[in-house]
Amino acid sequence: MEGISFTVIGLGIIILGAALGIGQIGKGAMEAMARQPEISSKIQTAMIVIAALIEGAALFAIVVAWLKG
Amino acid sequence: MRAFFLLTGLFMWMAVGPLSAASEGEAATGKDFDVTDMIMHHIGDSYVFHIVSFRNGKGELVDVSLPLPVIVWQEGHLKVFLSSRFSGGNDLVPIGNDHLRLYHEKIYLTDAAGTLHFGADHEVLNPRPLDLSITKNVASMLLAGFLLALLMIGVGRSYSRRGGLAVPKGVQLVVEPVVLYVRDDIVNAQIDKDKAGRFMPFLLTIFFFIWFNNMLGLIPFFPGGANMSGNIAFTLTLAVFTFFASNLFGSRHYWQEILWPPGIPIYLKFLMIPIEFIGMFTKPFALMLRLFANITAGHIIVLSLTSIIFVLQSIYVAPLSILLSLMIFALELLVALLQAYIFTLLSALFIGLAVNEHH
Repeated sequence: MEGISFTVIGLGIIILGAALGIGQIGKGAMEAMARQPEISSKIQTAMIVIAALIEGAALFAIVVAWLKG
Repeated sequence: MRAFFLLTGLFMWMAVGPLSAASEGEAATGKDFDVTDMIMHHIGDSYVFHIVSFRNGKGELVDVSLPLPVIVWQEGHLKVFLSSRFSGGNDLVPIGNDHLRLYHEKIYLTDAAGTLHFGADHEVLNPRPLDLSITKNVASMLLAGFLLALLMIGVGRSYSRRGGLAVPKGVQLVVEPVVLYVRDDIVNAQIDKDKAGRFMPFLLTIFFFIWFNNMLGLIPFFPGGANMSGNIAFTLTLAVFTFFASNLFGSRHYWQEILWPPGIPIYLKFLMIPIEFIGMFTKPFALMLRLFANITAGHIIVLSLTSIIFVLQSIYVAPLSILLSLMIFALELLVALLQAYIFTLLSALFIGLAVNEHH
């Protein structure tokens, strides 16, 4: 199709990967919280830190795609 | 119940804000409404603070905007004037032997005739002066700083007047839980107890400053609406602060991990050292991009959803468009707090990695 560049497809793949990763983290954190509700605040912090790291990798890719495309 | 109505009213107001902004865009450009242009104009910086545009009884377009001071430094000449001097479009302002010209929200140096030279991709080749102007973003940032100082000095006064252990009253009730949360669950959880106090003022300040700037950016009418925390220079500055805060106070152990990682074979050391070294810079770099990308994306989504009406040129999509942008607005209120929280948490984490004693 006209007008859809590789950049856009690449961005789609980036989002897919990041979403999978963050989804896995969310799943893991939910299960851990259900098992041990008393440490849920610690789990929450760890969850956000790791999600932020994945988001960081995705943002790098987005910026590269942006600069290239 | 009253609170519910208030909130609904507030949300409706917020949804109407970008709507009026979009209609201004349409009014300015006539029938052909360029979405990208309107959005880029709204998330970009400007030398005027736009308040409202409307058509008067004769059908003329009236722009009401607040001119902001332009401060330019060029080869020993300092020039301070209001941006309304540019309002004629082609007006030139002399500075030394050169002239200043405003073109597409940027100030260039030109000759006396105001000639602009263009490159192959229609980019302007004219040099630019050192620009220290109070632009829309800077004005919005100063407002956020002013509000923050007003709030915090007021709260601090009432603590010193009534004593730190007295039951909190008034605004204290709002601020105290937030400050305590940042102190106990963000900073103290990441940094060793005996060192956390040194970084507490910095981390509390960036938390509230980012939050205030995010919230001001979400107000769709005059004093708000600037995309300050979605400006990469702003987030870069904050990330540089975190970079220095973590590296200047780094422990011996932290530098050893970077410069000569212990406990791994010697050939791996030469692989690990560059990685650790680059890691020093990628951490604040990701911090910078995260805030920038999240806030800018939020502004773009709200404006795009509102623009659907003007792209399709139909009033019947308005309910859908308003509902969607309303939902995104509510989400952005959460994101404003969440991004301030994440920036502070990760800053505290990086500082903690650098200064904590090895256990």
